[in-house]
Amino acid sequence: MSSSSIVEAPPKGGFSFDLCKRNEMLSGKGVKHPNYRKTGTTIVGLIFQDGVILGADTRATSGPIVCDKNCEKIHFMAPNIYCCGAGTAADTESVTDMVSSQLQLHRYHTGRESRVITALTLLKKHLFNYQGHISAALVLGGVDCTGPHLHTIYPHGSTDTLPFATMGSGSLAAMAVFESKYKEGLNKKEGIKLVTEAICSGIFNDLGSGSNVDVCVITKVGKLLPDIFQFLGRSFSLYQFNFVLNGCGTGGKRIHEKPLKTQSTHIRQCEGIHLPQEDRLVSLSLLQQISI
Amino acid sequence: MSIFEYNGSALVAMVGKNCFAIASDRRLGVQLQTIATDFQRISKVHDRLFIGLSGLATDAQTLHQRLMFRHKLYQLREERDMKPETFASLVSALLYEKRFGPYFCQPVIAGLSDDDKPFICTTDSIGAKELAKDFVVAGTAGDSLYGACEAMFKPDMEPEELFETLSQALLASVDRDCLSGWGGHIYIVTPTEVKECTLKGRMD
Repeated sequence: MSSSSIVEAPPKGGFSFDLCKRNEMLSGKGVKHPNYRKTGTTIVGLIFQDGVILGADTRATSGPIVCDKNCEKIHFMAPNIYCCGAGTAADTESVTDMVSSQLQLHRYHTGRESRVITALTLLKKHLFNYQGHISAALVLGGVDCTGPHLHTIYPHGSTDTLPFATMGSGSLAAMAVFESKYKEGLNKKEGIKLVTEAICSGIFNDLGSGSNVDVCVITKVGKLLPDIFQFLGRSFSLYQFNFVLNGCGTGGKRIHEKPLKTQSTHIRQCEGIHLPQEDRLVSLSLLQQISI
Repeated sequence: MSIFEYNGSALVAMVGKNCFAIASDRRLGVQLQTIATDFQRISKVHDRLFIGLSGLATDAQTLHQRLMFRHKLYQLREERDMKPETFASLVSALLYEKRFGPYFCQPVIAGLSDDDKPFICTTDSIGAKELAKDFVVAGTAGDSLYGACEAMFKPDMEPEELFETLSQALLASVDRDCLSGWGGHIYIVTPTEVKECTLKGRMD
């Protein structure tokens, strides 16, 4: 907000640091930093015989609370390139959006389809520039004229090129599945099955990952023309809404949940205390004998 | 003490059949002292778009002024109102701009987009958008609101039922939160009318 302009014109882009001093002063006074939304996450990618398969879970957390049960972590970069993101949700979304626009402009400029290595370089340059403060860990995959490619990008800007990759808090669980079952030259069905298994392993073993599995298959077909990705969507849905409760008195069905297992303990009636007839597990200090 | 707990707030938006409702509590406090009981957290951007801002009240007011400014400029240039999806992207961009020194504010955006389809969205304090199909919550009573809305929500509710459900969910949740309460403000928006109601809750 310069003194020469009375009206604050929209800035040209980039970050603005004018609230930093105030926020620092507040944390000096003991005020806690807010919880940003993280995508706890398990994200994976693998190369199979016809291209690349990417997979991700769909849970977004804010501290210990799940704030989005069904968020999309597989971001569009180019028609033949997709990117999964883990880390701070705002960072992964903005960084992938920004590089996606830059790739589009590049496509218009050159008249050619985008290469995966271009997306990789744009992303790593941006992330290295901010020295890891932009907390985005990405799995980038795509098929271009030079073949299928899969890369991982770390928040500080380092990259790896791999045949199979996992990132996020559930990466160890997913990597265990990959390391035991991956082999070169998988076909599409086997590839999808392996990716789903890896994500499920992350979902069940990692608390930061959960809900459903998103799978994205990118292939090359015909004469070096990449096929449009196939977003298989929710191939494994863990979340089912069966429970309907109407607490508002306007009439509605109440569906009773059938429990998996019930164990009743018969309690002998004590003198002077009238216990109801139905079997119920009750603990009272006056209990004389419990017979199961 | 978290900065979000300085003023206290509760905000929720829910989707119904061709309509939506957005509700907030009315308390403004300074930590444990209440200084206002009629604080407006939800403001109208245009007839079919509302935004509620929870969190630190001073940042909410500043952000609100900046958003109104940007929307008015848009109206002058484009000679029409902003679509809810566009507005959500604008809010996200303004918040992400301050990534390393953020506004301590969590907005809830609710509007009717093309074909009168309801649109609701919330972002965290640095602009990560969360688009939901059922309900979104924000504020210190957020955790209770998640639980209450999850239990009471039904898809495709008519405006009257939506009003009933949302007010019950809001009042139940703010009763479990010391920092929000003192009644509620609720807006029910259909393609033909906007209804604003003030709810009476526990005044403690």
